[in-house]
Amino acid sequence: MAPARAAFFALALASSVQANPHEFTLANGLRLIVKEDHRAPTVVHQVWYRAGSMDESPGTTGVAHVLEHMMFKGTRRFGLGEFSRIVAEAGGRDNAFTSTDFTVYHEQVHRDRLPLAMRLEADRMANLVIRPEEFAREIKVVMEERRRSYEDRPRSLLIENLLATAFAAHPYKWPTIGWMQDLENMSWRDAQAWYKQWYAPNNAVVVVVGDVEPQKVLAWARRHYGALAPKAIPARKTLAEPVQRGLKRVAVKAPAELPYVRLGYKAPVLRDIAKDWEPFAISLLAELLGGSDAARLHQVLVRERRVATSVGADYEMVSRGPGMVFVEAAAAQGRSGSELEAGVREVIAGIAAAGVTAEELNRARVQLLAQLVYKRDSFFAQALELGELESCGLSFRDAERIAGRLKEITVEQIRAAAARYLVDDGLTVAVLDPQPLNPRPASSDVTGVKH
Amino acid sequence: MRSRALRVLMILAVAAPAEAGVKIEHWIAGARVNFVESHALPIIDVAVEFAAGSAYDSREQAGLARLTLAMLKAGSSRYSEIEASRRIADAGAQLQENFDLDRAGYALRSLSSEAERKAAAQTLADMLQAPLFPAEAFEREKARAIANAREAETQPDRVAERRLYELMYPAHPYGFSETPDALASIKREDVERHYRNRYGSARAVVTIVGDLDRDAAKALAEELTSRLSKRADSALAPVATLAAGATLRVAHPSTQSHVLLGVSALTRVDPDYFPLFVGNYSLGGGGFMSRLFREIREKRGYAYSVYSYFRPYEREGPFLVGLETRRDQAREALELARSVVVEFVKHGPTEAELKAAKKSLVGGFPLRIDTNRKILEQIATVGFYRLPLDWLDEFPARVEGVTVAQVKSAFARRIAPEKLSIVVVGAQD
Repeated sequence: MAPARAAFFALALASSVQANPHEFTLANGLRLIVKEDHRAPTVVHQVWYRAGSMDESPGTTGVAHVLEHMMFKGTRRFGLGEFSRIVAEAGGRDNAFTSTDFTVYHEQVHRDRLPLAMRLEADRMANLVIRPEEFAREIKVVMEERRRSYEDRPRSLLIENLLATAFAAHPYKWPTIGWMQDLENMSWRDAQAWYKQWYAPNNAVVVVVGDVEPQKVLAWARRHYGALAPKAIPARKTLAEPVQRGLKRVAVKAPAELPYVRLGYKAPVLRDIAKDWEPFAISLLAELLGGSDAARLHQVLVRERRVATSVGADYEMVSRGPGMVFVEAAAAQGRSGSELEAGVREVIAGIAAAGVTAEELNRARVQLLAQLVYKRDSFFAQALELGELESCGLSFRDAERIAGRLKEITVEQIRAAAARYLVDDGLTVAVLDPQPLNPRPASSDVTGVKH
Repeated sequence: MRSRALRVLMILAVAAPAEAGVKIEHWIAGARVNFVESHALPIIDVAVEFAAGSAYDSREQAGLARLTLAMLKAGSSRYSEIEASRRIADAGAQLQENFDLDRAGYALRSLSSEAERKAAAQTLADMLQAPLFPAEAFEREKARAIANAREAETQPDRVAERRLYELMYPAHPYGFSETPDALASIKREDVERHYRNRYGSARAVVTIVGDLDRDAAKALAEELTSRLSKRADSALAPVATLAAGATLRVAHPSTQSHVLLGVSALTRVDPDYFPLFVGNYSLGGGGFMSRLFREIREKRGYAYSVYSYFRPYEREGPFLVGLETRRDQAREALELARSVVVEFVKHGPTEAELKAAKKSLVGGFPLRIDTNRKILEQIATVGFYRLPLDWLDEFPARVEGVTVAQVKSAFARRIAPEKLSIVVVGAQD
């Protein structure tokens, strides 16, 4: 049996065992997706709010994420720190994250503690208390997070600058953590307003994956979330990015040793799983460019030409806003940023001009199909997939159709997608220009310490 | 050949036998093998690890161990470098390097269907047992390692970690740093020698989790290790206890100071393991619940990330406290972190804190073993350090048994505050 065929077989087996998500909508508009998986006696509970940094306005960038921090600061019922204490003492783990498209709160608990997680999340969906003095402390924490994750990380700064350059109008042009100036100017009232506007059962999707019975989960959800009042959620305008008409470029100077480039090509995202084929072709393109050691970028730039020490490619086909294919590379010692960029663009131009081999396409396809199987090892990863589809205007049911669509893509479609999207007109090039550290030798010394 | 099997129950699952947890089958066939059979998903995970981590480097050639591991992928008797990576990719498999102070090896994740599993396993088997270390690939990988070492010296978090390990382990390989000069001195023959010395079956540990039966697991382990040399083992030097910690401030243009405190503390088989592990939950391991989090982040907004942890190794691994904060408040933050540690070492946790820690760790135990990946990692550690096979099953009871007096005593003996070494990168002027 050919390897590719056997891989398809394994996938079919996996989905026939696992394909079961159940869908419910409460009277107040809250949507509930439940996926039973009895491999372990645990459960993941995620609450997805359809509000992320793309819903912000200039001047208050970062407020979606700041509110996420404030959600751990207490409600009318529970005091500061109570939320995490209760989850921890129940043996659970909890956290949250904010993206451009949504904000997600999550708990992982033993299956018996799911009602507790629901009770706590339902409480803070409606009863959050934002105290000005707590806000004043927490906004400092967020600024430290920004310093740690962006200001002092050259490659993250480069991504921030790439997006700020690539998008002229769309809110994807500002970072989800927000510009530092906006954080400095932010008030507790901004966080309060954000909470009032977006946190409501009819703007939320609850995803539960694990060792549960769907009807029981529904009953618990009704008890805890069912009484919350819906709100009028503001209509959202379609935010379109004007067409890019030529290559854009940005350079970032920061302390580093190796030149590093990141390229972003504008690309479509999935809107209709039955009709759209380009997002699947582009997913395969990204995989065959940078998905493994056997992929083109690694083989050509790291192994053969030795221009790069590391390479990668990335594309998310599920997104509320416009899509982008990213390609990154770090230079080998002694190679310049321009040599590196030229090497990367030559590999991509080669694919746009001449396409790929059937062997390469099959390899990328087997890899992506296998990754769909591997995802099933984690309740958390499965819940992420379902919640993301639901929050980005697609259906959780589409998860089961992705494999089928990937199998249909042809070498000709790959070539067509590359020729259309991996071209300079929609390209933004961001180059890290490494700066020396210039340490002052006198300030570096070892001393015995006496405290 | 010995063989034994254990059937165990997770603590929260005693009423429901259907939930019986991790059943480990163990045997020795040259290498030590631990196998957990699980047919819920068409996946197998396998890790092959050797006592070949950075602890086996010399100071002059620090980086040799990591380079040797990377070179296993560069071509073997049956497959060239590109053939090997294509075979892995064509099978839908994923190959990951595992490397730390003690261990070096590979983890392979593959579909369990026969053709894929066999293609992936054959490739890994040849990499591990018949590597050729081609000269050209060696020069390339060495140049990559040098470039990465130079890059690391510009990034404040990496600099802080390296300097701290150098201070904590001034004379032990746990403290050797991969410098460009050390890497440049490595020759291809050194890699061959390191491979011959360290990649024998005596300390090889194979861990298999997933969708195959015991016979297939036996055949797989055999395929991955039967051609290894029987090379005898050599022990690691003990870690010398320092009389006092040192403080190092390193200039860096970063906006934050990266602050680390640490001291060598405990081994993987240490009798103080549970008191220290459970106690640290209240000090800095329990996220939102810990004293460091409350004092540094919640009360004062000094840092986003603040933590403490124990990282046990074959020899005394570190106890480490870390935070990053705006430069102009680094001094206050460091002093505060230190005083929180000093206070904890002096008085230990309160009864309430210890109770909360136990509830969280015991109640959260099922989350430590709810994926094949997590089980693989846990069992690989049990196997490598030759912990009892019931180590995981005993975990909740051992946590439950810890007392305030034990925590206090263990911290007082292991974490003398004057022995903490301190590194501040991006120090305040």
